[in-house]
Amino acid sequence: MAQSGAPAASGRRLTRRNNLVGWAFTSPFLAIFGVFLALPIVASLIVSFTDFDLGDISNPVGTDFIGLSNYSEALADPKFRKAAFNTGLFVVFGVPLTILLGLAASVALNSGIRRFRALFRVGYYLPVVTSIVAIAVIWRFMLQPEGGVVNVMLGYLGMEGPNWLGSSTFAMPSIIALGVWRNMGFVMVILLAALQGIDEQYYDAAKVDGARLWQTFRYVTLPLLRPGMLFAAVITSIGYLQVMEEPFVMTAGGPLNSTLTLTMYVYEQGFHFFNLGYASAMAYLLFIAIALLTALQFRVLRTQT
Amino acid sequence: MSVEASQGGHADLEATQDRNRRFSSGNWWLYVLVSLGLVVMVGPFVWMILGSFKSQAELLSVPPTWLPAHFSWDNFQRLFERLDFPRYFLNSTVVAGFITLANVAFASMVGYALAKLSFAGRKTVLLLVLLTLMVPPAGPITIVPLFILMSKLNLVNSYAAVILPFAAGPFGVFLMRQFISTIPDDVLDAARVDGAGEWTVFRRIVLPLLGPGLAALGIFTFLQAWNGFLWPLVVLTSDEMYTLPVALATFAREGQYQADYGLLMAGSCMVVIPVILVFLVLQRHFTQSIAMTGIK
Repeated sequence: MAQSGAPAASGRRLTRRNNLVGWAFTSPFLAIFGVFLALPIVASLIVSFTDFDLGDISNPVGTDFIGLSNYSEALADPKFRKAAFNTGLFVVFGVPLTILLGLAASVALNSGIRRFRALFRVGYYLPVVTSIVAIAVIWRFMLQPEGGVVNVMLGYLGMEGPNWLGSSTFAMPSIIALGVWRNMGFVMVILLAALQGIDEQYYDAAKVDGARLWQTFRYVTLPLLRPGMLFAAVITSIGYLQVMEEPFVMTAGGPLNSTLTLTMYVYEQGFHFFNLGYASAMAYLLFIAIALLTALQFRVLRTQT
Repeated sequence: MSVEASQGGHADLEATQDRNRRFSSGNWWLYVLVSLGLVVMVGPFVWMILGSFKSQAELLSVPPTWLPAHFSWDNFQRLFERLDFPRYFLNSTVVAGFITLANVAFASMVGYALAKLSFAGRKTVLLLVLLTLMVPPAGPITIVPLFILMSKLNLVNSYAAVILPFAAGPFGVFLMRQFISTIPDDVLDAARVDGAGEWTVFRRIVLPLLGPGLAALGIFTFLQAWNGFLWPLVVLTSDEMYTLPVALATFAREGQYQADYGLLMAGSCMVVIPVILVFLVLQRHFTQSIAMTGIK
């Protein structure tokens, strides 16, 4: 190849060939990625500064830039505030509970359970692989006030269960519980892998130092699990901030908007009322929340090692 | 103990046993607790299956029966009469299938280029991929411009509209780049010295080594696509194009079916059972794939 050319020229040709090969491998991906993933992130921001609505899809000439109006409108919109509050509840209670239960399950399966370990792992992970819509339908059935299996079981224990999804007090906690139930298996599998990767020497050293069970867990296991917990927390939080299917199927956001979430409200404003500019502004506020929460978790969970 | 630990395989086994022993004194209560947890996790699916075989009268009875008084396929029969479930099944399969194929192909190719090729703009591509990892494709943040785009392209209510935003995901590229980075350069250089072009190196050497990683990515992507909801809900506007979750959610919210739990449980079975079966067959790959994505 190119043996006759001067070294410099062949070097340049080689670079060009390398570039060609590199772009041949990446350009088909980049075309689709650029148009359908990267571009919409920017476009969403632009649309959020306009009064884009249904008519503007066929005739965008009528679209006007209205600055930050959509944002100020959203921040003053009581329904948006309610949706932000509910989504916040889902994250603030849901994420720690999911991590805690996932951690408990992973530690139990890793250290206390020898028999049927695979069975437990598969069982706990089962909800993670199934459709949230189907799960929400099943739980709506089980949470019925009369004859729903949850209240019947509570009845056996001498308690009277409330109208879970029909009460503005209990609807959101029910939906949070459902989120925790579905996602703890994910955290469990992540942490189980992390636990199995811990070098036995750490435990030996702790034993030599006379550490008790709890001390070993607190000062050996937990710090070593931090990267796994960070990963699980970030993924879970990003998912929870976008919660939508559960309330959509179980309560339609009710009663009295007590389960309305941000994604649901974006969907409603965007695709029922076709206030596309307004919906984009709310979506961008959600995006900012996702970015801030992720950054916060990296700071908190990374530095304390 | 520490002497033994340095003796390889045998010592490893001993170490594991030792680890198990540390917590194993009188831990029967742990088994009870974990088993109760298992009932809570798996119970709803059992309840779904049992419910799908019960008559409406039996579903409404208080207190509820555990096992169906008599097994009846009535709910499934009604489901298939009123709703075109085979069609939804086909839609979901086409959509999830194409999304998975595209991601596996793109992720391995781009992952290879980012890990092992040097070309102008490589760092920029990598940065773009990393930056978008945090923004879920066709999630709430991008559905509005995507819908406008699909309207402009006349693609609303088509398979392409559902597939395209998920076809080139950054996650798979990132994962495969991590994977391919672990392949030693010597192996690739040996082939290059023998005159193999990059495409041959990729196909003959890199791809075969990616087997488990690609399987994991494929399973993961297929599941996400199969269960995907928000974007198909937005962009699919007619019943015969619905994917399974969209069809189920839509009829679960309709007044006439809202309390028809026999029908709803049969519908849920149709969405969930294929996934559960695949999961049980491939469960080792599943949990491995999640672990892999988490550790790297």
